[in-house]
Amino acid sequence: MSLWKSVLAAAVLALASGSSALAARTDLVLGMVLEPPHLDPTAGAAAAIREITYANVFQGLTHIGPNGEVLPDLAESWTISDDGKVYTFKLHTGVKFHDGTDFSADDVKFSLERAMAPDSQNAQKQLFAAIDKVEVVDPATVKVTLKHPQGSFLYDMGWGDAVIVSPKTAATNKEKPIGTGPFKFENWAKGSSVTLVKSDNYWGDPVSLDKAEFRFIPDAAAAVPAMLSGDVQAFPTFPPDAVSQIESDPQLKVVVGSTEGETILAMNNKKPPFDNLKVRQAVSYALDRKAIIDGASGGFGQPIGSHMSPSNKAYVDLTGKYPYDPAKAKELLKEAGLEKGFKTTLKLPPPSYARLGGEIIASELRDIGIDAEIIPVEWAQWLDQVFTKKDYDMTIVSHVEPNDIAIYSRPDYYFNYQNPEFNKVIEELNLTSDEAKRIDLLKQAQEILADDAVVGFLFELPKIGVWDAKLTGLWENSPIPANDLTQVKWND
Amino acid sequence: MTLQTQVPERRLTDAIGKALANRSFAIGLFIALLVAGTALLSFVWTPYDVTKLVIADKQQAPSWLHWFGTDHFGRDILSMIMVGSRNSLAVALVAVGIGMGLGVPLGCLAAARGGLLDEALMRLNDLVFAFPALLSAIMITAIFGPGAINAIIAIGIFNVPVFARVARAGALSIWPREFILAARAAGKGGTAITVEHILPNIATLLMVQGTIQFALGILAEAGLSYLGLGAQPPMPSWGRMLFDAQTKMAIAPWMAIFPGLAIVVTVLGLNLLGDGIADLIDPKARRQR
Amino acid sequence: MTAYLLKRLVIAAITLVLASMVVFAVLQVVPGDPARLMLGMNASAEQVEMLRSQLGLNDPLVLRYLHWAIGLLHLDFGRSYTYSVPVLDLVRERIVVSLPLALIALALSTAIAIPVGLYSASRRGRAGDVIAMGVSQVGVAVPNFWFALLLIYLFAVWLRWVPAGGFAGWKAGAWPALKSLLLPAVALALPQAAILARVTRQALLEVLSEDYIRTARAKGMPYRAVLWRHALRNALIPVLTIMGLQFAFLLAGTVIIENVFYLPGLGRLVFQAITQRDLIVVESVVMLLVAAVIAVNLLVDLSYALVDPRLRSRE
Repeated sequence: MSLWKSVLAAAVLALASGSSALAARTDLVLGMVLEPPHLDPTAGAAAAIREITYANVFQGLTHIGPNGEVLPDLAESWTISDDGKVYTFKLHTGVKFHDGTDFSADDVKFSLERAMAPDSQNAQKQLFAAIDKVEVVDPATVKVTLKHPQGSFLYDMGWGDAVIVSPKTAATNKEKPIGTGPFKFENWAKGSSVTLVKSDNYWGDPVSLDKAEFRFIPDAAAAVPAMLSGDVQAFPTFPPDAVSQIESDPQLKVVVGSTEGETILAMNNKKPPFDNLKVRQAVSYALDRKAIIDGASGGFGQPIGSHMSPSNKAYVDLTGKYPYDPAKAKELLKEAGLEKGFKTTLKLPPPSYARLGGEIIASELRDIGIDAEIIPVEWAQWLDQVFTKKDYDMTIVSHVEPNDIAIYSRPDYYFNYQNPEFNKVIEELNLTSDEAKRIDLLKQAQEILADDAVVGFLFELPKIGVWDAKLTGLWENSPIPANDLTQVKWND
Repeated sequence: MTLQTQVPERRLTDAIGKALANRSFAIGLFIALLVAGTALLSFVWTPYDVTKLVIADKQQAPSWLHWFGTDHFGRDILSMIMVGSRNSLAVALVAVGIGMGLGVPLGCLAAARGGLLDEALMRLNDLVFAFPALLSAIMITAIFGPGAINAIIAIGIFNVPVFARVARAGALSIWPREFILAARAAGKGGTAITVEHILPNIATLLMVQGTIQFALGILAEAGLSYLGLGAQPPMPSWGRMLFDAQTKMAIAPWMAIFPGLAIVVTVLGLNLLGDGIADLIDPKARRQR
Repeated sequence: MTAYLLKRLVIAAITLVLASMVVFAVLQVVPGDPARLMLGMNASAEQVEMLRSQLGLNDPLVLRYLHWAIGLLHLDFGRSYTYSVPVLDLVRERIVVSLPLALIALALSTAIAIPVGLYSASRRGRAGDVIAMGVSQVGVAVPNFWFALLLIYLFAVWLRWVPAGGFAGWKAGAWPALKSLLLPAVALALPQAAILARVTRQALLEVLSEDYIRTARAKGMPYRAVLWRHALRNALIPVLTIMGLQFAFLLAGTVIIENVFYLPGLGRLVFQAITQRDLIVVESVVMLLVAAVIAVNLLVDLSYALVDPRLRSRE
């Protein structure tokens, strides 16, 4: 009897909390595709670490805002010397770590020196490379001296890798992160979720959420019902090919932002027949970008004609260089002496843009006589076979690092592409600081890559966020990997 | 008991009539022939070309043009199911072939020789049985790479001990029979006796097990394909159709429903056929009806 | 009895050792370097090499096998490459999902199958039997992941009765945790119940056709009473065998269902570990599952002896 009662009570409770709670909700379940390997942003490159901890658990001297702007954080203000080499940060007082210890300038000195150290595990050591010394002036003031001026220093200090940690807990942050942020770590159910709760001793503006759960849902197939059923209320990077299902639900909002991910059909430039420019051009002419974007990315994403994000100032639209033209592609193959076509392989890593895009591209290549066998690979195999050993003919991948056009000048990169002319442009670019001239050089670089048809340029990967329409305060773009929950709240 | 002695005297047409009167057998045979016929038909004709993607026609609901609707690439689902049946049947059939080809000789050998060899072979059997089949199949396809051939091997390996056990148990029950003793007395060797007397007597038993493993093979192939470890595009496979469908369930449920039904109907047909054969050959079970 | 027990134990131990060699050998040929995967695209060859030697990947094969196998005996499963925590901790976290799931599914399947089997056997050949067996034939033929998809859209998305996936964790209380295991358990149980119901019916019918049952009936014992008093007990052996096999299947074979519902169970742990080349996790968990299968089979063998005294005396 008592069991029956408690079951009934639980059911009633479940109903009450599900439908008619009068007070605004204060909990949030947020879906993420990847689970982090650990939770210390100062000791690992995985974006998932920052997507949980940034601004929520850990804070830096500065803070990157939703549109990429630099905002004060633990440093309430700063002054920069005239030669641009000395930064004096005025720190907030009364700040406590989640374990109760006081935050002071010593922690800043410790954190920066730890990141700079030769044996540092920091994944972005270059951020700290310019630092000469860090001095504690008084508990609320810290002075950082640089070896040479670094225009981006304040931005750099806002990265997830530059957050301030306590010397007491630095060694254990991987499993139990302790920071100064508005949320403290509660639990990590491996393979399932990380839970954060509101910190009682937070120094800054109070946040409206009491509890936030980051739930790991690797498959698009599971992400859809999770959102539709309301189990998960926000999914800031939703798989694009599954968005069409969400759009039909009026209670959910779909927000399309941009990323820095150039999605390309890479070709092994040294391996016949792809060492022949005409063959690479033929492949480029065979690509129907619209069909690829519709079929592999749910219609989201801008077509590109070279290796540059359309949101970049230096972007030139080169999509017209190789429009979709199968007849022209066949002609080029004929000129290359391959009028009967040829057999080749297409290795596809796990993301849906690659697997779905690969099916479409294989079909498009079939139309011009190229028989590309699809070989799906795990990331482990992709890194090993394609990226490291360069044992591949074609592959599809998105290069998500910003401003990474210089990868085409790397001598041993997996494209196997070598063009001294292009390398010269990149060398000059590295030596140039004049903005207008840099843009000019970047444009030249894009032109060369397009002319050489180094790879098949497909589209810019979209960033699609999906969340409950009553939820506000989530970031629409992602200038850095983060799920900043400080401004998030439920509106009724 | 009377039934058993009468069977050989019946004429062929009579036997067929008898077989078709068995409900399971008749329905099972009908479905099996339907699926096999569809697979064969797909070699010469399908309503649409399944290698041609028409993105503009994606996810269309069932209509007179597309009876089962279209998928996320605008391909006709009916045509995909037709061509996909080839893959399911081929994988399961070859996997059964591997299981029989290796398992039956091993089982017969164990029964014929007995002793240490028998013990060793059966322990080897236990070893394979101790591995979770699906998980191991996943491991095998992960190692050798996904694809129809590797799926066949992965499924086939786990068929071997099944057939070895059935063959051994069957053979052991035949060996003590009088006609075997007579054959031995006539100086026939173990191999000759196995080929001439044992195999014909356990053939029906193996056939029943064969249809069961065939059905299980189709389910296993669907599972592997669903995880992306089976046949690769552009070759359609039922399991991968379900994988592709699952992100579209809310707006294009037909993408999931029809391939799923194809699997259910095929496996159902094979199981019924197996039951029917078992019924027909086992007079004891027959008498119980 | 003791000799029988001893023989079974020795065989089980030998099987375990052989299985560990197979698992270890197979994983040596998996393509993909775990060290490279852990360090990512931008790591240098030296860094990869250093991590390889740190992980002990450069030691001789036999040494590595012995190191691993001896560790297993001490319940020291090594450290996961990807999570860098002891594998045992991961297993502990996952088994509290997989084990209850398997048990619930088994209980559900038994609760459905035995009554249906009894009912069918008692009304052999009549409409009820034909319908029940027809439904069970369909049940056997349904791929459980497809069934799971249909369940999710019906009960989670449309009716919103249960979560669409994920595991609430036992910390959240028994009811939310059980609620998140409900759909996966049903998806797993129904096809298993279909098989079990058929086996139960068949076993009952076979027992019923034996001479002593006929005698009991001839003496005027009612059919139902015969069914309950004699047949069920004697039909238990095949039923138990199938249940043992099903439990082993449920514990290890839930990979696909755990993927559909993104449950953090053992099956998904292994599946993820395979794709991430976390070989130490794969080796250890597969061995654990193999050991579980062997143990369950051993238990089933022993329970025969308990159920059937004739078997006991024969050995």
